[in-house]
Amino acid sequence: MTQVSMTVNGKAVSGDVEGRTLLSSFLRDHLSLTGTHVGCDTAQCGACVVHVNGEAIKSCNMLALEADGADVGTIEGQAAEDGALNVIQQAFQDHHGLQCGFCTPGMVMSAAALLKENPRPTEGEIRKYLEGNLCRCTGYHNIVKAIMAASGQDVSSIAAE
Amino acid sequence: MYNFEFEKPSTIADAVAALGGEDAQALGGGQTLIPTLKQRLAAPSKLVSVSGIAEMQGVCVEDDGSVAVGGATTHARVAADAARSYPALAALAGQIGDPAVRNRGTIGGSVANNDPAACYPAGVLGSGATIVTNTRQMAADDFFQGMFTTALDEGEIITSIRFPVPQAASYQKFLQPASRFALVGVYLARFAGGVRVAVTGASEDGVFRWSEAEEALNKDFRTDALMGLRINPMNMIGDLHGSKEYRAHLVSVMTKRAVESCA
Repeated sequence: MTQVSMTVNGKAVSGDVEGRTLLSSFLRDHLSLTGTHVGCDTAQCGACVVHVNGEAIKSCNMLALEADGADVGTIEGQAAEDGALNVIQQAFQDHHGLQCGFCTPGMVMSAAALLKENPRPTEGEIRKYLEGNLCRCTGYHNIVKAIMAASGQDVSSIAAE
Repeated sequence: MYNFEFEKPSTIADAVAALGGEDAQALGGGQTLIPTLKQRLAAPSKLVSVSGIAEMQGVCVEDDGSVAVGGATTHARVAADAARSYPALAALAGQIGDPAVRNRGTIGGSVANNDPAACYPAGVLGSGATIVTNTRQMAADDFFQGMFTTALDEGEIITSIRFPVPQAASYQKFLQPASRFALVGVYLARFAGGVRVAVTGASEDGVFRWSEAEEALNKDFRTDALMGLRINPMNMIGDLHGSKEYRAHLVSVMTKRAVESCA
């Protein structure tokens, strides 16, 4: 076992892990931050997306020890301390951007990464950025709509066809 | 996944030393290696991460105009940082996987793995790049030796890859949308000294140069020059995503698109 230390949602954390411990396992099993979902475990579905040093990555495809010293952000860090949803989460709620909700943490984390680098993305840019996030309820239209709304854009023209 | 020791050295020399042990393996971004370990298709005793080695990071333009990419540079960084110095290579990097994969996956990892459907081997071979390791330099033509096979020795690390910058180049990827690899990808680079055409995703022997197309395009750089040229389907990959004949046909189509894109 090796000690790993990192900052998760602004708090310093550490734990003893094996070489093979995935970042997703560390977050879920060691820190009980179960908002990060493991869907496919093959790096296809994107439910496990978190931010490492500000970049969206698939936490089921990164070793916990690789994140030693890193600044990690998870879905639990998106809402305010008092539980108030952030603008992306609120938009997902307002525009019915989730059905079963399993993919939602990854969708929100990817959306946050996208809006950081591209504050007013087009519909096409949003769809392209979400290529690595799968929603098996096939709720993509409303997810895209929510992200557009979160970026302050008019969404009346995006029909949920 | 079987357990392993993990080391993250900060210099190439320390990484080489750490790789000296039995069954030690280098770890780039892990976007292929970690899924492989999960399936227990590999069982290294130790993984040596190269992501902490500063001298293996980044894109820079050398004195001779070539573009050097550090072996541990992520696809996202190449897509952003080579956009001016070598736009076709940056465009290739920006089409690999998805954004989260591009934030972890590295050029050295992709090239060392030499997946027969990976994008980078086409860019490296098509550009006639030089693969620089901790011990030597190799021409791309000598480096790729068949599916998942390269000239790398045990414990040898790709420290950087140097790309001569062509007059024009284009990567045309026909996406396999489930894996996000290339069903067929063609990288075409036009230099003063001639045209290079490298094909990924198609052959059971991994990335290859389509020499007949190169000869035809050297005489006449137009899509018409490719009329009548056919790839023999015999050695093409045939699977549920596409037959051998389908892939052979796609090679011609994507090569024509690359020519159009360079015209």
